[in-house]
Amino acid sequence: MNKLPLFVIGVLCTFAFSWLGLVVYPFVKLGHLEPVPDEETGGYFPPTLSGAAVAGQQVYAANGCIYCHSQQVRPASLSTDIAKEVGPRRTVARDYLRERTVFLGTMRTGPDLANVGLRKTDPNWLHRHLYEPRSVTPWSIMPSYRYLYKMQKIQGQPSANALRELSGRHAPEPGYEVVPTDDANALVAYLLSLKRNYPLPEAPLPAAK
Amino acid sequence: MKSQSLLTSIHPATVPDSLASHERAEIDASTRGPVLLFFGCSVFWLLVGSLLGLVAAWKMTHPGLLDSMAWLTFGRIRPAHLNVVVYGWAFQAGIGVALWLMARLCRIPLLHAKLLVSATLFWNLGVLIGVLGILAGDSRSVEWLELPGYATPILFLAYACIGVWAVIMFRYRRPGHVYVSQWYLLAAFLWFPWLYATANILLIWQPVQGSAQGAVNWWFARNVLGLWLTPIGLASAFYMIPKVLGRPIHSYYLSLLGFWALALFYSWNGMHHLIGGPFPAWMISASVVASILMIIPVITVAINHHMTMKGHFEALKWSPTLRFTVFGAMAYTVVSLQGCLMAIPSLNTITHFTDYTIGHAHLGLYGFFSMMMFGAIYYIVPRLVGWEWPSATMIRWHFWLAATGVLLMVGALTIGGLLQGLALYDPKVSFQSSLDFATPFRWVRGISGFLLLAGHLVFACLFVQMLLKIGHRRTGPALFTESKTEAASL
Repeated sequence: MNKLPLFVIGVLCTFAFSWLGLVVYPFVKLGHLEPVPDEETGGYFPPTLSGAAVAGQQVYAANGCIYCHSQQVRPASLSTDIAKEVGPRRTVARDYLRERTVFLGTMRTGPDLANVGLRKTDPNWLHRHLYEPRSVTPWSIMPSYRYLYKMQKIQGQPSANALRELSGRHAPEPGYEVVPTDDANALVAYLLSLKRNYPLPEAPLPAAK
Repeated sequence: MKSQSLLTSIHPATVPDSLASHERAEIDASTRGPVLLFFGCSVFWLLVGSLLGLVAAWKMTHPGLLDSMAWLTFGRIRPAHLNVVVYGWAFQAGIGVALWLMARLCRIPLLHAKLLVSATLFWNLGVLIGVLGILAGDSRSVEWLELPGYATPILFLAYACIGVWAVIMFRYRRPGHVYVSQWYLLAAFLWFPWLYATANILLIWQPVQGSAQGAVNWWFARNVLGLWLTPIGLASAFYMIPKVLGRPIHSYYLSLLGFWALALFYSWNGMHHLIGGPFPAWMISASVVASILMIIPVITVAINHHMTMKGHFEALKWSPTLRFTVFGAMAYTVVSLQGCLMAIPSLNTITHFTDYTIGHAHLGLYGFFSMMMFGAIYYIVPRLVGWEWPSATMIRWHFWLAATGVLLMVGALTIGGLLQGLALYDPKVSFQSSLDFATPFRWVRGISGFLLLAGHLVFACLFVQMLLKIGHRRTGPALFTESKTEAASL
């Protein structure tokens, strides 16, 4: 093999081919999308995120929610996602342009979260679920995120943000309360923000029946 | 040697190496320090990784297990497991094998081994800091790239020293044949830095906007397996099978075809993890087509190995190296063909998002790659320390624990994953059912984790005995059947 340069060029060219297709192309075409103006409200699709929701993305990443929860709705031609009410329409590239890390996910050990904010609108329910999943969903295998909450003695009046309706063995002792940390509040704000139910030119909502 | 035409000039040779025994001893001695250090560290991380995997597996059936502390939560233990076994065990075992093969096949001693030793220490420092970072909650949750941004530059620098070494060795090889293993190794050492740098820049340091991240993420994760670990595993098989049998590889034309088809098709496979995802249809289609075309390199390699083995399968009875290597080669064929099927959209819609994928990943990384590395380590270490493996019985235990462990795990996750996938697919079936179907199989997977951990403890015990040269001293190599002699025990 005295044609070493030829070999090296071949090795690098085959690789560059996929690099152009699967890295450079999406970088150019998908990496610079713009939100679409919403003429009715003067807002944008996808909507801007609150500061708490942005902070919640970091909590989501740090605790590895992605290893059990996907965030994508596949089109009806390829899956039953829409029939199973994972979301009202397929998700497209523009849906993710506000995410610092895109949590598409590869597992559905737990339910998809692309539209969790449409299904769950009560922050207290989400807090109870994170604090002790089996207190609200008995068959859940999600781990408890108690470490994102503080158990504290009630000083005078109970705190306004204390978790309500904790029952059974998960309930705090009398005189004590469970309050979310900043991380828990941010995570819940992020989950509530996950609603991909706005129309986009490339992904219109299905006509109302 | 007909080196006139272009085609013949790039033919790999069919015989690994033909060195006089004193040259071989000199080359082996030059690689001793760094290669043993890579192996030693990899065995350490293998134990850590097995333990983390075991905890993660049992958390799936017992969600209350170790759930009071943030650093022990499933979402941190699981990526810690992956990164420890990939960057701690698989990379270092692979680099150790690759460097040793490179020195033998280039027929030159490894120079300035001390620099490589420092690179190894840096690499391990990077893995340690990175894994602690994941447990502390600094991960970005980008699969296969969870090691935080402050750990990856250390890994990259360490890799740069190691990779340059391999390329330099190849550049100054003694004239003569180039063997097919050297192709795979040289290509892997050239591909990896490009791959790792691209992914780290676009996902961790300066994250690209939106769903482009998904494409880059799976282009990377697929290619770490396909264009880094797979070539090293195949290089090892192409060396060990002919070496142990003492006969040439069946066909170099097939080697040629297998290599270039792998280079061309594997690199396009990544998007098959994102079928139905928010990407242009052509990207997904291209990956589906490339994944199915992977049949070509896989079948050519399988035929080549099989024809080399043909008529000599009885060698599996006595050679530990061959038994592990052939198990790995067979797993490679099975896992790759399974991968081709999984890329077909109508099947993918069932298996996507389920335990089936986890089973597939373990068949690849454990059944194929790790078994290949065990085989190579059983061959290489006696030649470095001048001491034979003290117990053939323990090697036998290691083999059967590893083989039954991985088959049990993959079998359970495959069946459980299919049931889970069918439940997730059917609009009339509740989500809860998908958990109920998968749970019994997750118990079996948890049990298989104990078998694998036990196998790794046996292996670690053997390895330590080799380093300290303790245990039963034998005159010939440790073989399963004592009556035979290893054909090429050199």
